[in-house]
Amino acid sequence: MLKRPEALLCSTPAGLYSPAGDFHIDPVRPVERALITHGHSDHARSGHHKVMATQQTLDIMGLRYGANFAGETQAAELGKSIEVNGVSVSFHPAGHVLGSAQIAVEKDGMRIVASGDYKRRADPTCLGFEPVACDVFITEATFALPVFRHPDSRDEISKLLKSVEQFPERSHLVGAYALGKAQRVIRMLRDAGYDRTIYIHGALEKLCDYYQSQGIDLGPLAPATTEKGSVQDFAGAIVIGPPSAFLDRWARRFPDPVSCFASGWMRIRQRARQGGVELPIILSDHCDWDELTGTITELGPREVWVTHGREEALVRWCELNDFAARPLHLVGYEDEGD
Amino acid sequence: MEEFAQLLDRLVLTPARNGKLTLLVDYFRDTPDPDRGLALAAITGDLNIANVKPAMIRTLIAERMDEQLFAYSYDYVGDLAETISLVWSTDEPVRANAVPTLGDVVTSLEHASRSDALRLVEKWLDQLDASARYALLKLVTGGMRIGVSARLAKQALAQFGEVDVTEIEELWHGLKPPYQPLFAWLEKTADKPESLAAAPFRPVMLSTPLEEPDYARINADDYVAEWKWDGIRVQLTAEGGARRIYSRTGDDISHAFPDIADFMSFEGTLDGELLVARSVDTAIEIGAFGDLQQRLNRKIVSAKQLESHPAFVRLYDLLFDGKEDIRAFPFAERRTRLEAFVKHLEPTRFDLSPLVPFESFDDLIELRKEPPHPIIEGLMLKQRSSAYVPGRPKGPWFKWKRDPFIIDAVLVYAQRGHGKRSSYYSDYTFAVWTGPESEPHLVPVGKAYFGFTDEELKQLDAFVRNNTTERFGPVRSVRAEPEHGLVLEVAFEGLNRSKRHKSGVAMRFPRISRLRWDKPPIEADRLETLEALLRDSETMG
Repeated sequence: MLKRPEALLCSTPAGLYSPAGDFHIDPVRPVERALITHGHSDHARSGHHKVMATQQTLDIMGLRYGANFAGETQAAELGKSIEVNGVSVSFHPAGHVLGSAQIAVEKDGMRIVASGDYKRRADPTCLGFEPVACDVFITEATFALPVFRHPDSRDEISKLLKSVEQFPERSHLVGAYALGKAQRVIRMLRDAGYDRTIYIHGALEKLCDYYQSQGIDLGPLAPATTEKGSVQDFAGAIVIGPPSAFLDRWARRFPDPVSCFASGWMRIRQRARQGGVELPIILSDHCDWDELTGTITELGPREVWVTHGREEALVRWCELNDFAARPLHLVGYEDEGD
Repeated sequence: MEEFAQLLDRLVLTPARNGKLTLLVDYFRDTPDPDRGLALAAITGDLNIANVKPAMIRTLIAERMDEQLFAYSYDYVGDLAETISLVWSTDEPVRANAVPTLGDVVTSLEHASRSDALRLVEKWLDQLDASARYALLKLVTGGMRIGVSARLAKQALAQFGEVDVTEIEELWHGLKPPYQPLFAWLEKTADKPESLAAAPFRPVMLSTPLEEPDYARINADDYVAEWKWDGIRVQLTAEGGARRIYSRTGDDISHAFPDIADFMSFEGTLDGELLVARSVDTAIEIGAFGDLQQRLNRKIVSAKQLESHPAFVRLYDLLFDGKEDIRAFPFAERRTRLEAFVKHLEPTRFDLSPLVPFESFDDLIELRKEPPHPIIEGLMLKQRSSAYVPGRPKGPWFKWKRDPFIIDAVLVYAQRGHGKRSSYYSDYTFAVWTGPESEPHLVPVGKAYFGFTDEELKQLDAFVRNNTTERFGPVRSVRAEPEHGLVLEVAFEGLNRSKRHKSGVAMRFPRISRLRWDKPPIEADRLETLEALLRDSETMG
């Protein structure tokens, strides 16, 4: 067995690196060989020579960066081990967005699991998280504070539908990140029985088409463009777009919009207030505090490494609960997914 | 409790008045008694329940979680009640029938001692969701701030029951939470409740602005003129020992003005303007609006303030002469009655708003230009035959305000608006020059977010986006240099001294009257101009 886990994976300025296997996981700079957990742009960057990821993540990178986003690509089948320079790597569903995976790396009886971003609750648009026993678990910490306890997702969608009913003369603009959150909101609206056309911003179009091609039925969608310039077309409608678009001139085409934002950050009132959000929808693609601590308890790793987010609180929790833990201080991840 | 919490959450984040009204009306419709009435009382500030100190609630959380983790959490969230509502966790599964209603909470707390109250709060925290925990904590610690005025809440009741808001205002002071008879009437399942209050509020008569097409109507045979005093409009009612001072929307402000209430030894209802005197000799000397502000929005008035800023009421009208309702009488007759009535009142507390003699409309034009006192806002023109009727009918009473003050200022910051305007930079901070002529710099003097047309808003927004120098969240600072920037012509009603503003002045009712694309910023006004104006208004008083 390897004596030190750092020989198998360690943090470098470019991101997580495996000295034993000479590859990076989710590097923030162009590298020779990159293993990618999921398609969010802070994890999946273009310009690497060789890229290994799930087929869906490779497809999403292709949609975002063009077909030539990397020199070579290799699709990893979920659950199957692949040798990389004597290190065995395998991909396992992470439950974050379509195609997202945890990456397990193993050599000489030592296994480290890099979770990438993950969540534990059901999401109709991607496979659920699968726990993988390991010696070292690298966990994200986006919402690693006891204040983040995401409420029931269906109740949040009901809040939106209730508001649509209360304000039939206004349009509801839902800010949701283009990959994952937007499609999840749409699919959940469908599950809640909303069958009217949902209007989407241009930035969502390709990804929504892709989700549909992967068998995730999003129902009737239409571009949120005013053909003949009539603002009233959108009265009573739900419009989904990337959050940045709603602060921009683009949003002016909608009648007296109710600005909504689907994000785990919406748990904090001040966040909603600052962003001018009228209807916060607390819906996250990351674990909340209970899911993070529950996952660590369930896996029972020898060591926990904590990365991107509020590392200090989760490390403190690990101390209190007798898990060896330390922060990784990786830079360059901006939680695009929430 | 959870519906109430959701209502609060939405009200806090809904900027538009109409949006708030919809939320309130829907809540009144969907929520049973007594919860809706208690919620209404919580919103209007009429709900008094046992106080639990925030420090006591903090001890509860300290028993339940690691201090360090709590410190990280509190530090991140910033608000104690919100932090506790979010970090609170319980092992007991919540059963739907165990969730307390707002009524349960209020009733239990009414009969609880302070220590019992804390135990109750702890039990409820276990039973509620995060949003309801927050509402509960704000309720019991008395820190409810939701951006809904009592006036707006009454408007929502009026909309809910399809009645005029003046009917609600008239009834309001005889009613108590949870207002079941009121809701029953609004839902048309019971008759209108009789106003039980002694000295009830009577809806106020308001005026409309005088505009050019109406000039021809104004002649000395049909109309009288009065000065429009810039204090606060009040209604004084004394009836069988009960004395009340109401604002024009029916809020009872008696507690803030004991120096008036003490002298209300009459029977009847008067309409007038509450003003503040600056120095008291034998006669009444009117203070500036800034002096009046010393007396507003205070729960308790100190003896010192009573002496330094004594209040008095300048009387406009008589509504009840003893028990006799004379509102249907013509103004001229009410005025005669008022003149007789005022003779029996304490002269340092009450005086008559004088009629301003005129012969022709041209006289009025001259009078309006040069009012004899800075606290005069303009002229009031009242039809001699007018009855006193609630609301704002057009014709019987006109207000004709003095022209506003104007300065040229430089746009320095812009903030994104809310609601319809959330994609526009629509709130503008403007500045004037100060410092030596050779090295002037800009000091902000105010903020305005209306006065411009939709077309001008687009131009302003484009200017802001193209001239941004820095961003802080929703705020952008824009280029404002002697030769590059945007000059705004700002109109305002008056100036006050202000310790809160770096410039030392605060404008009343500022709005943007013109965009001066033609003017280089260096030609905008200097702070000295405002300071001179301030001195003028103070010495004249």
